[in-house]
Amino acid sequence: MATVAPARRPIVASPGAWLVWGVVAFFLINLAGVVGSVLVSSFGTQWFGTWLPDGFTTSWYARAWQEFQLFDVVLVTLQISLLVVVISVLIGVPAAYVLARRSFPGKQLVYFAFLLPILMPPITYGIPLATVLYKYGFAGNMSGVVLANLVPSVPFVILTMTPFIEQINPSIESAARMCGAGMRALFLRVLGPLLVPGILAASILVLVRTVGMFELTFLTAGPDSQTLVVALYYSMSAAGIRAQQSVDAMAVIYTGTMLVLLVIALRYVNPTQLVARVKEAPEP
Amino acid sequence: MTATLERGARAAQTPALRHRLAERGVDRQLLLLAPAVLFVVLLFLYPFFYGLQLSFAPEEGGPLGSYAAFFSDPYQRNTIWITLGLSLPAALLNVLASVPIAYRMRGSFRGKRLLTIVLVVPITLGTVLTAQGLLNFLGPAGWFNKVLLSFGVDEPVQLVGNYWGVFFSLVITGFPFAFLLILSYLSGIDPTLERAAATLGADWKARFRYITLPLLAPGLATTFCLAFVLAFSVFPSAVLVGNPAGETRVLALAAYQAAYEQYDYSLASAIAMVMGAVELLVIAVVLLWRSRLYTGSTGGKG
Repeated sequence: MATVAPARRPIVASPGAWLVWGVVAFFLINLAGVVGSVLVSSFGTQWFGTWLPDGFTTSWYARAWQEFQLFDVVLVTLQISLLVVVISVLIGVPAAYVLARRSFPGKQLVYFAFLLPILMPPITYGIPLATVLYKYGFAGNMSGVVLANLVPSVPFVILTMTPFIEQINPSIESAARMCGAGMRALFLRVLGPLLVPGILAASILVLVRTVGMFELTFLTAGPDSQTLVVALYYSMSAAGIRAQQSVDAMAVIYTGTMLVLLVIALRYVNPTQLVARVKEAPEP
Repeated sequence: MTATLERGARAAQTPALRHRLAERGVDRQLLLLAPAVLFVVLLFLYPFFYGLQLSFAPEEGGPLGSYAAFFSDPYQRNTIWITLGLSLPAALLNVLASVPIAYRMRGSFRGKRLLTIVLVVPITLGTVLTAQGLLNFLGPAGWFNKVLLSFGVDEPVQLVGNYWGVFFSLVITGFPFAFLLILSYLSGIDPTLERAAATLGADWKARFRYITLPLLAPGLATTFCLAFVLAFSVFPSAVLVGNPAGETRVLALAAYQAAYEQYDYSLASAIAMVMGAVELLVIAVVLLWRSRLYTGSTGGKG
């Protein structure tokens, strides 16, 4: 179509651009070093003060898998995060619908109440929450961990879904209502299919957050309800008992899980559209 | 005369309560909100106020005993400054470093998606792998010090087990979040505004100073708040790569130790409340400053 390439900003640019890209490169090199050193160490036999380990082996993965009973831990992690995702979507989406479509007295207050759990540091509400959960016998097992992780997840679903619902044209709903759809039919057959991309995006973000959430799980988990992060923390802070490399292997497994989740998430969500809908530069 | 008549007529046939509520926007549909509100009340507000009440009811020393114990002990009191000293610079650095990088990455160019993914990868690392990686990489026998030594530095630099270890872990975990948000806000600014300024003869400095920055500033404030919240609740990395007994004994750690090592739940709640108060104070200051800025459409919203 266009014979002349569109006027993009030139790659060979001012010293400022070089400085920015230099800083990015430095950050990425160090990041690669941080990740690489764990990766190399998890595959190495012995590594004392040299550039690379003496030899390479995969036995640490087998050992980590057995020593930490990783199968159980991964299973528990998946169960907890899936429960959190399902419950937070079920509670959050209807609330987001009301917040997006209606105005009612006290709306600001309700909105603020949903914002608070995201703004507060997890430890601040986590310690009283754990105390309350222990008092009623929820903590120390999976239900407590799920309940605690729901506290930031439900507001997160509400806050990400509200703008998503706002952009759906209300006249579609009016049309459905005119054709005789009740509230339930409206949700299941009209809004539901339209909301699927948004719900998927929100659930994957909640999943990533829950798998990575350390503080709340740490405060409420019992020995049978540890997620991967918490098990990793315990194995790291109890250093000396376990071989360093098997802790590394476990960390690599954790990051692999998270990476898969995030890559799936990025297929559905364009990260730059989380805050505002992007208006691309007009094509010349 | 007619007014009184009308009022009388209206009083005679007052619409049912349901209708009057519906006029103000309250009807059965609001019940959809009920589970979420119930949830926030039961699992967030109730525990929060329970903790607040607990913090004013210590075993000894009157209602303010726990707070007095916290503020009179310099070892405990200083955790506030330690936490702020870690989280404020880390959040500032994350936000300020994101701006030029995101500014360069606004347009579309080849490999943008890949670069975005690479910059976002640290989110997946989590605090624990970051800590483990920092211990391996920046440790006295790690690659970083080996490179430094081969460039002729005399002895390995001490970068873990102190302030800097925690600081680096905060940058690694916090930067991707800040970058993603800033990139979203920058992409939300209508690019034609800047082109219009360019046709009027503004160079890039003027365009940035008078077009982009004012439109970006509210987003900067929001991002700073979120980055600060993230950095402020630092806990695992302070233990793993810091010096948890000394210079990186942060508020979260103090609260945790009070609750699960000394079993003093009143003191723990008090520290948690102080933590929340300090954080909200910083956020309030930032948001107050933000409210004086332009907060309208940035032209990019659909």
